[in-house]
Amino acid sequence: MSEIIEIKDLVKRYGDKVAVNGISFTVHEGELFGFLGPNGAGKTTTVRCVSTLTNITSGTVLVDGVDVVKDQIGAKRCMGVIQQQVSLDKDLTIRENMISHAMYHGMGKQERNARIKELTDYFGLEEYLDKPVDSLSGGWKKRAAIVCAMLHQPKVLFLDEPTSGLDINARRLLWDVVKKLNQSGTTIVLTTHYIEEAQALCDRVGIIDHGKIIALDDPKALIERTGKIAVENMVDGKTEYHYFPSMKDAQDFVADNGLDDATVRKTNLEDVFVELTGKSVGDQK
Amino acid sequence: MTETNVNGYRRYNGFLHQVYHVAWSDMMFLKHNFWNTLVMTIMSPLLYLIAFGYGLRTGTTDIGVSYVAFVIPGIMSLSSLSSSFASTSTRLNVQRLYYKSFDEMVMCPLSMSAIVLGKSMLGLVRGMLGCFLMYALGLFLAPDLQLTPLAVICVILSCMVFSMLGVLAALLAKSHQSMATFNSLIILPMTFLCGTFFSVSSLDPIFQAVLYCLPLTHASGCIRAACLPQVLEFPWWSLVVLVVFGIIVFLICRHLLKTRKI
Ligand SMILES: Nc1ncnc2c1ncn2[C@@H]1O[C@H](COP(=O)(O)OP(=O)(O)O)[C@@H](O)[C@H]1O
Ligand SMILES: [Mg+2]
Repeated sequence: MSEIIEIKDLVKRYGDKVAVNGISFTVHEGELFGFLGPNGAGKTTTVRCVSTLTNITSGTVLVDGVDVVKDQIGAKRCMGVIQQQVSLDKDLTIRENMISHAMYHGMGKQERNARIKELTDYFGLEEYLDKPVDSLSGGWKKRAAIVCAMLHQPKVLFLDEPTSGLDINARRLLWDVVKKLNQSGTTIVLTTHYIEEAQALCDRVGIIDHGKIIALDDPKALIERTGKIAVENMVDGKTEYHYFPSMKDAQDFVADNGLDDATVRKTNLEDVFVELTGKSVGDQK
Repeated sequence: MTETNVNGYRRYNGFLHQVYHVAWSDMMFLKHNFWNTLVMTIMSPLLYLIAFGYGLRTGTTDIGVSYVAFVIPGIMSLSSLSSSFASTSTRLNVQRLYYKSFDEMVMCPLSMSAIVLGKSMLGLVRGMLGCFLMYALGLFLAPDLQLTPLAVICVILSCMVFSMLGVLAALLAKSHQSMATFNSLIILPMTFLCGTFFSVSSLDPIFQAVLYCLPLTHASGCIRAACLPQVLEFPWWSLVVLVVFGIIVFLICRHLLKTRKI
């Protein structure tokens, strides 16, 4: 499998504050890679470093073999980025936003009209094209932003917390969009602080906390490493968690210890995260 | 940078194309708000003309032309500063701090020089709109004023320089508040003092020296002399100062963008 993103020892400091503390990972071509971590973990900062929005303190980042520091323009051509906040120009219509994006990539009239048509059909955005940005709901704005970022046919698409702030329905719809894009061949790097999102969508997940990657694998492997089956039981008003490689081991444990009211269930990514960091995602700030 | 092909389509990545592509969204913005903008652009110069040109009724100046003929080039240079600076800086400030659409642009494969120049176009167009309307009015109201190619060049140059200054201010601004402060501490004093309503040479030398450090003094000197060539000698060195000032502002903007100190 070829690597489309190679990050090595990436460090980003803001003054004394270390936002990203020496992370290294690679993303394979065609995969849907998830970057999971609590607020303030350094996800956005990593995306900003890779997308050349901010300068890198140290380390190297290659996107499709192009060094983002040495050849910014070359690197920018092969990626598309959707920022955490909506970043459309609110004085323009959706269509004008798309056209200006296409223009920034040097696309001529024919190409951009064809691409805008193709993508808005794909995302069901036609009826919103000539509306002002603020007349759209959050989920539709996000889609418009995705269209903007996809116009120049990037090989990699970065989505920074695409579903934060969306309601449950809009979130599910957006998941489908992301899956569909990935299936049509675009490599996707998605950051999120929703564990179920990472588990539902991603081929591989990197867990980041305090600017460091603490685990990286496919969700199944991460769960297996912790133990496929979880047993929860209350001891003195505090829940204890135990993990076992198989259902039989778990049941034996329950029987041996006489834990009649314990819950036996499948381990999920949240358990993995808690095991690794000793705290719950979303528990802070 | 040359034109490349992607999927059979040509991509236009030449420098001038890039400047146009950066400016396009601002031109759309102008188009959406055209009448509003037009009224805002000519309102204050018109008020200045009525208040200072006619209200004060100072008659003839010591260079032998009517005060109206004297003050109109001053108002032109004033609007080249205030219109160009304000429209560029306000729009860029909003795009950068509130819409975040400036970030989107910086993530695209554009040269930083093209971004600085492209983002100056809105102010250039608006400034020129105000200046040339005033000029047309002036040619009609004050027979002493002359239409010269040099005056046209000076107006365009002046609008471009102050529009780039607007880009610089917006790149440096941490908030809307800091823009307002910059406006009232630097832009507003300049508009009144830099030879717009009175001749700088009538002041005492120390004050003159201070005013000659400000770019608008040079702009107004150039524009007035170019409009009244029969009585004033063109200050070529002021033109040089203005050009150099513009180049310095451009280079600082480009540096800020390149090093992402924004
Ligand atoms: N421009 C900045 N200046 C100073 N500190 C920053 C800046 N941006 C982010 N940080 C800090 O870096 C850390 C990581 O932030 P961020 O990457 O936004 O986290 P996430 O996206 O994972 O929520 C946070 O502690 C944040 O306070
Ligand atoms: Mg974030």
